[in-house]
Amino acid sequence: MDWAFVFSQTLTQALGITAIIYCLAAIGLNLQFGYTGLLNFGVVAFVASGAYAIGVIVLTFELSLWLAIPVAMGVAVLLSLLLGIPTLRLRADYLAIVTIAASELLRLTVRTVLPDYLGGTQGLNGKIGQQFHDLNPLPADFESLPVLTWTRQDLWVVIVGWGLIALFSVLMLLLVRSPWGRVVKGIREDEDAVISLGKNTFAYKMQSLVVGGIIMAFGGILWAVAKQSVQPDTFVPDFTFFVYTILLLGGAARILGPIAGTIIFWFLLAGIGEFLGQAIQAGWIDFLKPTDVGAIRFILMGLGLMMLMIFRPQGIFGDKKELALDAR
Amino acid sequence: MPADHTEELGPQARATQAVLASVERRPGAAKPDPILIADNVKRQFGGLVAVDVEHVQIQRGSITALIGPNGAGKTTFFNLLTGFDAPNTGAWTFNTRQVAGTAPFKLARMGMVRTFQLTKALSRMTVMDNMLLGAKGQIGERFLSSFIAPLWKGQESTNRARAEALLARFNLAEKAGDFAGSLSGGQRKLLEMARALMSGPELVMLDEPMAGVNPALTQSLLQHIKAIREEGTTVLFVEHDMDMVHDISDWVIVMAQGQIIAEGPPDSVMKDQGVIDAYLGAHHDKQLTSTGEALTESPGGSA
Ligand SMILES: Nc1ncnc2c1ncn2[C@@H]1O[C@H](COP(=O)(O)OP(=O)(O)OP(=O)(O)O)[C@@H](O)[C@H]1O
Ligand SMILES: [Mg+2]
Repeated sequence: MDWAFVFSQTLTQALGITAIIYCLAAIGLNLQFGYTGLLNFGVVAFVASGAYAIGVIVLTFELSLWLAIPVAMGVAVLLSLLLGIPTLRLRADYLAIVTIAASELLRLTVRTVLPDYLGGTQGLNGKIGQQFHDLNPLPADFESLPVLTWTRQDLWVVIVGWGLIALFSVLMLLLVRSPWGRVVKGIREDEDAVISLGKNTFAYKMQSLVVGGIIMAFGGILWAVAKQSVQPDTFVPDFTFFVYTILLLGGAARILGPIAGTIIFWFLLAGIGEFLGQAIQAGWIDFLKPTDVGAIRFILMGLGLMMLMIFRPQGIFGDKKELALDAR
Repeated sequence: MPADHTEELGPQARATQAVLASVERRPGAAKPDPILIADNVKRQFGGLVAVDVEHVQIQRGSITALIGPNGAGKTTFFNLLTGFDAPNTGAWTFNTRQVAGTAPFKLARMGMVRTFQLTKALSRMTVMDNMLLGAKGQIGERFLSSFIAPLWKGQESTNRARAEALLARFNLAEKAGDFAGSLSGGQRKLLEMARALMSGPELVMLDEPMAGVNPALTQSLLQHIKAIREEGTTVLFVEHDMDMVHDISDWVIVMAQGQIIAEGPPDSVMKDQGVIDAYLGAHHDKQLTSTGEALTESPGGSA
């Protein structure tokens, strides 16, 4: 059993591109759900809209990536308005129902509608991120960092990705510590009370949905650029629920919650997978086949999460005292 | 009882009571300077008519009590007036402006601020943050300015000072840093009232502000309510405690089964046979009989 290999693979994944995409989505969700209390169950739709906007602009229309990024943000804004305007005036559960339905609707639509533009079930595959990768400042003969075994191209994405996470986390910190943040937290606690104090809560909820949606779209932008491929069936509701898991794991309404949650989630998921794979290879476990590992790691992960919710329901960074207030 | 209090009446109280002395003592009586006028406000829940107010006026600068047995429609009427619920029919003006159908947050901005019977403390926020949320016209509440602290820091510290002063008045100064969810039921009532006052409302509507507040504190709260009236705020409040109603209100409006059945100064209203019947005929409530002098003198009640 090669422990060093298991560790290096695990850490590389815990900090890698997929983790970064989830982290960006979780930061957006933290604003919407953690601070404002909006139950957005369509996280994946915002990520997909960002990724598709990039794919369509760059591959279908053969336009610049730098144009595609603001378009992707615009699409996220549009999606937020589309989902928010009819539902945000209603009770909180309506947004949940509408968003989860919309995310599936969107996936099934891009799968079948306008295949010449959206690529049908195959999606859009090609040099989506070329303009970004051309800017890679790493030396051409770069091999790999010690332990963290990203390729030259991936490392460049990882650097920019963590940069985005840092940027959005700082913006979020400014936002939630301001009077604006106080209003959205008030809405999460009791919307009627905030209305009675003269705040236009609909506008605040809309702003929160839009800003969170844009941050999520950046997850999609990074996805398209890094993987150079946008496929409809990767944007399934599971994604949304993993993002919720990450947020609750790290602690909702905490600036570092999404980051801690992402690293722990991917470290455990990857770690269990790598460990089981190696253990099967070494013959320690004979009742499992290598092909079972993918499913088993989610089972173990689920058990772990149940333990967490029982013994530390507030998440890693959450405040237990704060959680106890809910019961009163 | 009113005799003991005459010497502590402020100029605003004296003026208002003098003006109201000449107002007719009947439902829907016209007031010399109404801040709020409602007409034909009706709200039905299925077959039940919860509110059916033909006409009512609230005198500016007064402390007006809205009383009535449980289920009379007082809270529903509050909800309608403040835009939290929509009536089946009806119109009302605030400061002569037609405001039926206006969004509740806009009414609050215009200066008509209410509290809730079931307290709405923002649990996972500090008492201070609860208070600060009450302040009006905050620059830092706009999305873009929120990122630039120098734009709003000054306003924030002014608001903070105001909040501290109000919290001190309401005996909550030491709690400023605690989560509002950790307060007791009575303390939450106090916080909600203090928070409503943060915006400096013209008309404050309090739904049972004293429920669950201990008697000693009630006395000091009564003084605060009198004080904010002296500062020019109109107070409309719902209350079941007849002693309190008697003590601070200039005018009492009685609701029963959705309608206004009587109006007048506290003394005359509490002697009104129709009012006594409305209270005691349907629901004989011990607390009411033992507190309101006028009610205990009534011929044995009819329960
Ligand atoms: N949302 C609702 N749906 C159905 N019926 C309602 C609703 N709200 C109030 N009612 C009914 O309307 C009537 C008036 O209720 P309301 O809460 O206004 O009474 P209240 O005068 O405030 O009483 P209390 O002194 O007990 O607070 C009651 O009969 C109540 O059952
Ligand atoms: Mg009520």
